[in-house]
Amino acid sequence: MDYFDPHIHMVSRITDDYETLAKMGCVGMSEPAFWAGFDRCSVDGFRDYFRQLTEIEPKRAAQYGLQHYCWLCINAKEAENVSLSREVIAMIPEFLDKPNVLGIGEIGLNKNTRNEAIVFVEHLELAVKFDQQILIHTPHLEDKYQGTRMILDMLTDDSRIDRSRVLVDHVEEHTVRHVLEEGFWGGMTLYPTTKCTPQRACDIIEMYGAERLMVNSAGDWGPSKPTAVPDFILEMRRRRHPESLIRQVVYDNPLKFFSQSQNFRFTPRETTGEPARTGAALRA
Amino acid sequence: MPLPLTAPEILNREFLEIRCRILDLAAALDRLQRAEGSVADDPRLARLREALAIVQDESDDRAEQVQMVFSRPYDDTWQNALKVAPR
Ligand SMILES: [Zn+2]
Repeated sequence: MDYFDPHIHMVSRITDDYETLAKMGCVGMSEPAFWAGFDRCSVDGFRDYFRQLTEIEPKRAAQYGLQHYCWLCINAKEAENVSLSREVIAMIPEFLDKPNVLGIGEIGLNKNTRNEAIVFVEHLELAVKFDQQILIHTPHLEDKYQGTRMILDMLTDDSRIDRSRVLVDHVEEHTVRHVLEEGFWGGMTLYPTTKCTPQRACDIIEMYGAERLMVNSAGDWGPSKPTAVPDFILEMRRRRHPESLIRQVVYDNPLKFFSQSQNFRFTPRETTGEPARTGAALRA
Repeated sequence: MPLPLTAPEILNREFLEIRCRILDLAAALDRLQRAEGSVADDPRLARLREALAIVQDESDDRAEQVQMVFSRPYDDTWQNALKVAPR
């Protein structure tokens, strides 16, 4: 089954992973900007990273027929440094017109601190000013519930935010309802031990339905599995869910959400060779 | 949504896996017991016991309840506490 991975950090993966993903039905991915495993020293470190996301990765992906998109920001962990964050936020507009940029992300909270909240709100300002979609990282483990509620407070306090253009990622059993009830999209991350397993993601679909929900691998440099979305597809099939429901979660929903970005020009496999359908055409 | 599989079908499919996970859990707790030193006062152990009690409950939202056992509390006045002005 064709699928789209809405959250995967390909800069941390080898080229063989692109090949494996293509063989398993992946047709494209979106890559949010994240923490590299170390704090960068200057705004130029981020400028180079954004070049990698907007120039290098799309070419690596295209070798295997995969369409690569990305999101730009300074992540919640490095947002503890407010002055550096402000320099990065000021520099991001240099890249917003690059053809594979979908919006601002993954912004969010990490340890739910004051500095993280300040930088989060300043990212929202940037997104509103440039009419960008938003992809949000919610914290890990014991910080997730508190941080997700804080994030939802900041989003719903701002009446300029169009909730249908915001994806709140890494939702689990205790946060998914809050995200969906407020009208946002939710992403479930399939990780081996933390976050959701494919089985629990299926459970959440069974409990909440497929409307405004997606699954992703969030494959990165840590313990993670870039082919986790096919694991979810297999588990859904083993539970005898219809193909149309599975397809809604792994293909239709990501395309519907991303089509709200001006730069999203996805060409479905079936129509390859025909003129690219623009975001507006897909929305119609 | 209605589940395509019935409860007997799900139990047939998952019985061995559930059994295996309970054994893993029991063995991990035995391992803690056998080891030198004590974790009796470690608040994480109390959390694990609390979560285990929820698992034995008969409700249909046990996964969500277990998540909440391992979550820091949310306080809706956090913006005052952190001195972050809402927009
Ligand atoms: Zn990520």
